[in-house]
Amino acid sequence: MVLLMAAALGLLLVLLPLSGLLVRTPWHRMPELLGTSQVQQALWLSVRCAAAATAVSVLLGVPLAWVLARAPLPGRRLLRGLVTVPLVLPPVVGGVALLLVFGRRGLLGPVLVEAGAVPAFTTYGVVLAESFVALPFLVLSVEGALQSLPREPEDVAASLGASPLRVLRTVTLPAVRPALAAGAALSAARALGEFGATITFAGSLPGRTQTVPSAIYALLETDPSAAYALSAVLLLVSLGLIVALRGRLR
Amino acid sequence: MRRLLLVLLLVSGCGARGTSDTTVTVFAAASLRAAFTAEAEAFEREHPGTHVALSFAGSQSLAAQVQQGAPADVLATADLATIARVRGDLRGDPEVFAHNQLAIVTAPGNPEQVTSLSDLDRPGLRVVLAAPSVPVGKAAVAVLAAAGISVQPVSLEDSVSGVVGKVRLGEADAGIAYVTDLGHAVAGAPLAGTRTDLAIAALTEGGEPFVAFVRSPAGQQILRDHAFL
Repeated sequence: MVLLMAAALGLLLVLLPLSGLLVRTPWHRMPELLGTSQVQQALWLSVRCAAAATAVSVLLGVPLAWVLARAPLPGRRLLRGLVTVPLVLPPVVGGVALLLVFGRRGLLGPVLVEAGAVPAFTTYGVVLAESFVALPFLVLSVEGALQSLPREPEDVAASLGASPLRVLRTVTLPAVRPALAAGAALSAARALGEFGATITFAGSLPGRTQTVPSAIYALLETDPSAAYALSAVLLLVSLGLIVALRGRLR
Repeated sequence: MRRLLLVLLLVSGCGARGTSDTTVTVFAAASLRAAFTAEAEAFEREHPGTHVALSFAGSQSLAAQVQQGAPADVLATADLATIARVRGDLRGDPEVFAHNQLAIVTAPGNPEQVTSLSDLDRPGLRVVLAAPSVPVGKAAVAVLAAAGISVQPVSLEDSVSGVVGKVRLGEADAGIAYVTDLGHAVAGAPLAGTRTDLAIAALTEGGEPFVAFVRSPAGQQILRDHAFL
């Protein structure tokens, strides 16, 4: 009985705020609230940057996962642990860390200023921050799948003379495609929801670095209804993602 | 890094900023939101092809961003002390371009009957202030101390719009903000003898026309229309 009540409370803890948001969302005013230029800019920027961060995660994360799962590296477990740090790191700390390296006064600052490519407080900075937090999801997902994959087909392909890149493309990747898709989807969701690292490292300039979460934060002070509407949009995206990933997340 | 940027450019199309239109990026104190939105519109009308990108936040947060290299062309803060912190990044000395005045803000209709500073220490009253690092928070601390009133705020916000937002949402009963915040969404009373200075400076050559516009008769009229002094 006690157990059941605790379980019910746990369920309420999750469902009550979410349903509260859905109840208070001014649905009939959605087109108007989502049509303002600040909201439109934030939505479009979020979509672009999350797509870019997901692409970066896939392009860099798949090779990283492959190395972690296959390469005979010393200290591989340590490396794997380090790669997953952003999963548990408070995002604002990630933002500070990025600033200390990629900021104008950061470690790489002089080089980046020289090259005219300081990513802090630019759209690239948003993508960088989002990639930082999203990459581990992709790596973990793909690496897990690679670990449980039988090695023989790869060995056979390699013994028949296929290069490592070709083995990866034609044998390994098709076998881990579901994990890759799930990892990419999780990365995209994480990138779309990124707030702490982004606002710290890239600021909140409408049209340039103000993504949907930053816009929600800003709008809550100036136009709460618009903040509710945007929150509902992100909630619906999350729900859609859970449905799409049903059975993949275990 | 260069290759990474290239990849990002290709997949996101984020880099498409090199159009013929010029953009002036203006960082302005949160209390200037309405006034500077109007200033930007008027400025854009006067300078076709120029787009003004506005970013509003607590002055201290904007100054910190400028210090970290945020690409702003103009910085306008709610006091002189804050803009002085980034003097090295400014083109010339900051200039005072408007004045404001502190005000007690309450929810519409003022349900808790808060009318003066001495009401703010009433037990059970949920008061919200800005943090002391924020110009309006610093000024509020000073005026409370001068009146000998000790307030236990339920939150210290990072901008004046945070204070006004909490009061407007009804999450707080009262707060200290500016007379320029007294609009349809919040009620309140001005606090006598609490005049504040707003300061502006260009950070780049491209920012100078906007600064000049704000200081011109047309720009000053817009500020007066928004209750600045």
